[in-house]
Parts: sequence; structure tokens; C-alpha cells
Amino acid sequence: MTDAILLSLKLATLTTCVLLVIGIPLAWWLARSKSLFKDMISALVSMPLVLPPTVLGFYLLISLGPDSPLGQLSTTLLGSPLTFTFTGLVIGSVVFSLPFMVQPLRNTFESIGVRPLEVAATLRSSPLNTFIRVVLPMSRGGLLTGIVMSFVHTLGEFGVVLMIGGNIPGETKVLSIAIYDYVESLEWDKAHLIAAGMVAFSFIIILLLTLLERKSRRGLQR
Amino acid sequence: MNRKPYTFGRFRVSLLLSLLLSLSAPIRGETVNIAVAANFLSTAQQLVQAFSQSNSHNILISSGSSGKLFIQIKHGAPFHLFLSADTDRPKRLIEEGIALDDLKIYATGQLALWSKHYPGIEQGLEALDKNHVTRLAIANPKTAPYGAAAIEVLASREPAYDGVIVQGDNIAQTYQFAASGNVDAAFVALSQIKKLPQGYYWQVPHEIHTPLHQGAVILKAAQDNLTANAFYDFLSSHTAQQIIRQSGYLTF
Repeated sequence: MTDAILLSLKLATLTTCVLLVIGIPLAWWLARSKSLFKDMISALVSMPLVLPPTVLGFYLLISLGPDSPLGQLSTTLLGSPLTFTFTGLVIGSVVFSLPFMVQPLRNTFESIGVRPLEVAATLRSSPLNTFIRVVLPMSRGGLLTGIVMSFVHTLGEFGVVLMIGGNIPGETKVLSIAIYDYVESLEWDKAHLIAAGMVAFSFIIILLLTLLERKSRRGLQR
Repeated sequence: MNRKPYTFGRFRVSLLLSLLLSLSAPIRGETVNIAVAANFLSTAQQLVQAFSQSNSHNILISSGSSGKLFIQIKHGAPFHLFLSADTDRPKRLIEEGIALDDLKIYATGQLALWSKHYPGIEQGLEALDKNHVTRLAIANPKTAPYGAAAIEVLASREPAYDGVIVQGDNIAQTYQFAASGNVDAAFVALSQIKKLPQGYYWQVPHEIHTPLHQGAVILKAAQDNLTANAFYDFLSSHTAQQIIRQSGYLTF
């Protein structure tokens, strides 16, 4: 059981880190760009919100499998396709939780507006410097929301993992699968333990987020 | 002004229709919902087809792992019959008063080790090494009897299998893993692969694992459902047993 909990935490942490790297530039581009493709990319990013996880799982099974270019590359490099591996789960989770990172970030970036950027530019700040020293600190709230939401959402992932995970202890047997297994094999005491733990954890996280948001709003008003 | 009698009229029509439908239900034969273990799905479909030739009725099949179906039934899922992949779960339903006190062994499953591309698999356990079978799929041994049997078979191998063991949620997903090429070989039910044009398999001898007796029970909800009872009896008929044998099971 601790295995499953640790694995889920590891998966959520890694996924969140990858999403930060991908999500920040993507959200910035979506907030600032005037490109024709903007709406299309934006729609694509939001797709995992409305797609059934099994649809994602199905396509991942095919696109990471042994007959796909990705699978063949991975077979050459690692000796096996990416399905049923921890790496495969990370890829799946990144796709699955992408909107949870990008949306809050994009909203914050948009709410900053151009004025602070112009002011920074007149003070001879380079764009990158402006982004790191002005934009990111001003987007604290959105960043935090994005990080927490991606993390929690990944913790709860089930459909995708069921289809591409293969229930390997220590590799792909995450929390949600462990609960499912305990329920099916009638070990309800263990299922209760994890499930209740998740309920409590989720509640605390959401409560903390609300409190932090209120605090940061007061901070901005000052 | 004249809307009211109109709606009233429509209401009357619908009332009449529902009356007619409820009257015609027993004439058309009752609906029967059967919960079938994943390994027996295609065979069950054939059985229903054979049964339909002599009876008019409406039989709906739901399939999944025996563990999942068992839990659904325990929690009041509206099934009339349960064709499990084991005998433990039907027995428990009888003990808990959810099923009628009559357990029928309708088939005995045969385990097979199947590979899509590796002919060596026909040599059996000796062929199971990391070089040829990097990843091997079995059904979840906790919930699927075929998975538990696969674990027994693997335990009898000296030295132990050294590759990665992947678990399918049930025997159907386990087969899908191997058929899609995501794993090199899988322990599946003989019935799943017997008629396949491609692939190689080794039929696991009975002696090295607990026999896979599959039990069926009638659920309390179906006590008065004639069609459900008729289908349950049909399971042990000569016709049905022949279909079951041809599908790759043993019968008594």
C-alpha cells in the first residue's frame, strides 16, 4: 500500500514538474499571441477536460505501443515500448493534466496586461528578465493553482492508467488502481483507508488553496 | 383554449400504450440479464444464439472480471444469472442468500500461453525467458481465476521467470495486451485463442494448476423468471455442452 502511495506521489511530482516546463511558455504564448492558430491550439490544450480518459488511454496504447514510431524508438533505446512503464504513465499524465496547468496560468498572464511589461521595457529590462522578475512574481496565484490542480488531478487518474499501466507493483500500480484492486478483491478495510485518506487530503488541499488565494488577493490590494 | 383536451388525449394514449406494453411483456418472453465472466463471453453469445432458436426472449449479456461482477451483484445489480469463472464467488452468493441454492459447474477452463509472433512458445515454460519474452501478461490473480492459475504455473518454473509481469484487469484485457503487441506473451483462456488464425500457443497441462471449474448460479431476483431458469437448465443440455467443448473448455 505504501508502495502505491509513494508511486502516486512520485508520478504527480514528476508530471507537475514537466507540466511547469511545458505549461509556462505555452500559457504565455496563448495569452500574448495574435496568431491564427491560437484558438486551435487553445482548443487542443483543453481537450483532455472533455475527453473520456479511456479515449486518451486508447490512443496512448496505440501511440506508445510497439508498432508506433515512439514505441520503436523506445524499444531501440530501452529494450521495451513505453506502455506499462512509469515513463509511459508520466507521458499520459502530462497530456491528461495539461489543461489544469495551462488554464490558470493563461488567465493570470492575461490579467497582468501589457502595462507592467511596457514599464519594465522602458527601464531597459530584457523580455526574459521582465518575465522572470515581473511576470512570474505577479502570477503567483495562477502558478500555485496550476501546480496544485495538476498534482491532485494526476493523483486521481484512473482510466488512463488502467489502460496503459498493467498494474505492476512499484512501477505502474498507483493509488487509484490499488483502491480498485482492494475493492474487487473484497479487502474493503484497505480500500477504506486509502479512499478516506484521499478525501481528507483533497479537502485540505482545496481549503489551503482558498486561504492562500484570499491572502494573495489581500497582498495585491496592499 | 383547445390545448387541454389535446394533452389529455395524448396522456390517455400513452397510458393505453404502457398498458398494452405491460400486457404484452409476458407474451414476448421476459428479459434476462446475464453476468458472464470475460473468458466465457464469446461462448455465452453462441449459447444464447442456440437457445434463441427454440425460445423467444430477450437475453442481454454483460461481461467483466468475475470479481467485478460479483461486487455489482452483491450491490443489487439487476442480473438474473451469474456465470462466474470460478466456484468461490457463486458459493459466496449462495451463502449470503443472494443466489438460489444450486451451483452448476457449466465448464472447466483450460489455460494457454499465447504469443503473437514467437513460435518457441509452443515449447512451454522452457521458452519463457527474458530474451524471448521480455514482458509477459497475466490476468489480475486477485480477481481473475485464470490469473491465479497462471501464478501457480509460473511458480512451478525453475528458475523463476525473470522478465516483467504485466497484469490485465481481466482475461480479455490480458489477451488484448498480447494481441496489440504490447507484451510478448500472455496466459489466457484456451477458448480465447483456439480459433485464431495467427499466433502460437502452448496448452498448459491440468496437473500444474488448480482446476478452473466455472460455476453458474440463478440469482434470487430471477426466481420466477421462466426464461432465466430455462437458460440455466439449457447450460447442461447436450447442445450447450457441445458448444462449450468446441470453444475450448472441458465439460463433464
